[in-house]
Amino acid sequence: MSEILVLVDHVDGAVRKPTLELLTLARRLGEPSAVFIGDASQGADTLAKHGAEKIYVVDDAEIKPYLVAPKAEALQQLVEKTGAAAVLIPSSAEGKEIAGRLAIKIGSGVITDAVDITSDGGTPVATQSVFAGNFTVTGKVTKGTPIITVKPNSAAPEEVGAAGTQEQVSVTISDAAKTAKVIKSEPRKATGRPELTEAAIVVSGGRGTGGDFAPVEGFADALGAAVGASRAAVDSGWMPHAFQVGQTGKTVSPQLYVAAGISGAIQHRAGMQTSKTIVAINKDEEAPLFELVDFGVVGDLHKVLPAATEAVNARKG
Amino acid sequence: MNIVVCVKYVPDATADRQFESDNTVDRVGVDGLLSELDEYAVEQALQLREKREGEDIEITALCVGPEKAVDAIRKALQMGADKGVHVVDDAIAGSDSVATSLVLAKAREKIGAEKKVDLVMTGMASTDASMSVIPAMLAERLELPQVTFASVVESQGEVFRVRRDGDTATEIVEGRLPMVLSVTDQTGEARYPSFKGIMAAKKKPLETWALSDIGVEADQVGLSASWTAVEGTEARPPRTQGEIVTDEDGSGATALVDFLASKKFI
Ligand SMILES: Cc1cc2nc3c(=O)[nH]c(=O)nc-3n(C[C@H](O)[C@H](O)[C@H](O)COP(=O)(O)OP(=O)(O)OC[C@H]3O[C@@H](n4cnc5c(N)ncnc54)[C@H](O)[C@@H]3O)c2cc1C
Ligand SMILES: Nc1ncnc2c1ncn2[C@@H]1O[C@H](COP(=O)(O)O)[C@@H](O)[C@H]1O
Repeated sequence: MSEILVLVDHVDGAVRKPTLELLTLARRLGEPSAVFIGDASQGADTLAKHGAEKIYVVDDAEIKPYLVAPKAEALQQLVEKTGAAAVLIPSSAEGKEIAGRLAIKIGSGVITDAVDITSDGGTPVATQSVFAGNFTVTGKVTKGTPIITVKPNSAAPEEVGAAGTQEQVSVTISDAAKTAKVIKSEPRKATGRPELTEAAIVVSGGRGTGGDFAPVEGFADALGAAVGASRAAVDSGWMPHAFQVGQTGKTVSPQLYVAAGISGAIQHRAGMQTSKTIVAINKDEEAPLFELVDFGVVGDLHKVLPAATEAVNARKG
Repeated sequence: MNIVVCVKYVPDATADRQFESDNTVDRVGVDGLLSELDEYAVEQALQLREKREGEDIEITALCVGPEKAVDAIRKALQMGADKGVHVVDDAIAGSDSVATSLVLAKAREKIGAEKKVDLVMTGMASTDASMSVIPAMLAERLELPQVTFASVVESQGEVFRVRRDGDTATEIVEGRLPMVLSVTDQTGEARYPSFKGIMAAKKKPLETWALSDIGVEADQVGLSASWTAVEGTEARPPRTQGEIVTDEDGSGATALVDFLASKKFI
């Protein structure tokens, strides 16, 4: 069976969930091989448990500060060495850039932001959600080794148990790849809440919060949800950019999305309209977001959310 | 300093965007405009010039796209760019990102043949395809350092330092000219063209190049040379509006919680 390379996304060695989802998708196409750039000692077991037959470990002492170019070079060398049938990469900003550079290097087509991958006799068929989620598009790579970046939550991680045989790979990095450099990195502080893109429930606040996110956070905590924000709330400095939902923020597709004090501009919808159930609280009954909702409350979020939080907590008893 | 800003002409996101029967984006039937995310790149180029007073800084807006795409360049000129270059050729229609990046790279080469290009700037993503791969592809093709997704841009001499708000960390990234720089919508609102700017733009040089002018063969681009193929497009069924209640003395919260419980979220 042909090898499918999966680039591992990790934070200081801890494998992030989207990578495990990619292993599930890779198994539909062939035999998954994880590509771990960094120290794999902590993550190797997780990868094996979720289907990685092989784990290529690229020691990153030399690569680490240099952004995406060396990672693309490492993947290029692995594609050439293994004759892989496809390369799957998590669809982060960095992942898409690695994909772009790799495409030029190996002369292959690239598809970004897939939300599903199926196999047509081993050839990957990618599903994408485009135009603010208004269209679903399916497509294939027709030249070279298909490179596909995949959004979080596109498949469920599955525990299958695979060999996870480790192989150290040394890559040569050109000087050109070292010309842009990370000189400082500040990890985001943990909030204790679920990751925005992974959460089953997201509660977001917009300009209507007036800068007071406490009602939004209180309701989120009662539901065990992640907190999100509109760009207006981020631009006002009320929430960090990492919490922004929408075209230039995160795309979320949770079971339940609650929007409080958010009008529903097209750019915000682009990041949330594929959510299974949508609820909005807005004091303006004409707010465009109400067109999309399964349930809406016309009212002041500063009254509705605290009361609802209390009621939820009471029910949980 | 010679700056090239890549600007894309895209269908208006607030209009009803559609696909053609060959599954390419309908770029003619829908009103288009300069991609809003590229306005931030133009703005940052202009601010760079303002900050580095006294230096000779020239800004060229480069666009690859159909006839109508010249509107995107005009807008950039109205905002304050000095020159425009429009690469237009029937053969380009339907090009994927790989082919588009080739055309942009070759156009940059031709611009650079006259006067060395120090900085290629782009938006963080196009508002239609939204792939965010062109800046990386350009850096790869031009063998340039790539500094992307900048939310704050600072420069001193040849050294550029940017802030990048990543998924798991905020980074400071450094690169040296010449390089490719992409900026996000966090860099600050783009200016509106002033009346003076609109009048001045009419007299600014705007060149139109065909593929033959930049040494690209017709069979290297376009739908038939695309390395990816769209097999199907399907409109997502519109969502139907559910129940809307008006809060009166706490009734809204009760109804909301009842709804969530009925859906087993509580
Ligand atoms: C290129 C580009 C990219 C963009 N990307 C994004 C993106 O990624 N994400 C994003 O969100 N936006 C994005 N935007 C911005 C978007 O167009 C909107 O401006 C933004 O989403 C508005 O945020 P908002 O709904 O919080 O604010 P507003 O539109 O001002 O709406 C606030 C809402 O709160 C309601 N309200 C006020 N007070 C209360 C109260 N006490 N109780 C209940 N309701 C109340 C009001 O009725 C109103 O409907 C982008 C724009 C552009 C041009
Ligand atoms: N046809 C084009 N003409 C000029 N610039 C483009 C074109 N396509 C993409 N770009 C630039 O590349 C950036 C990223 O585009 P994309 O990779 O398509 O998301 C955009 O913000 C533009 O700056």
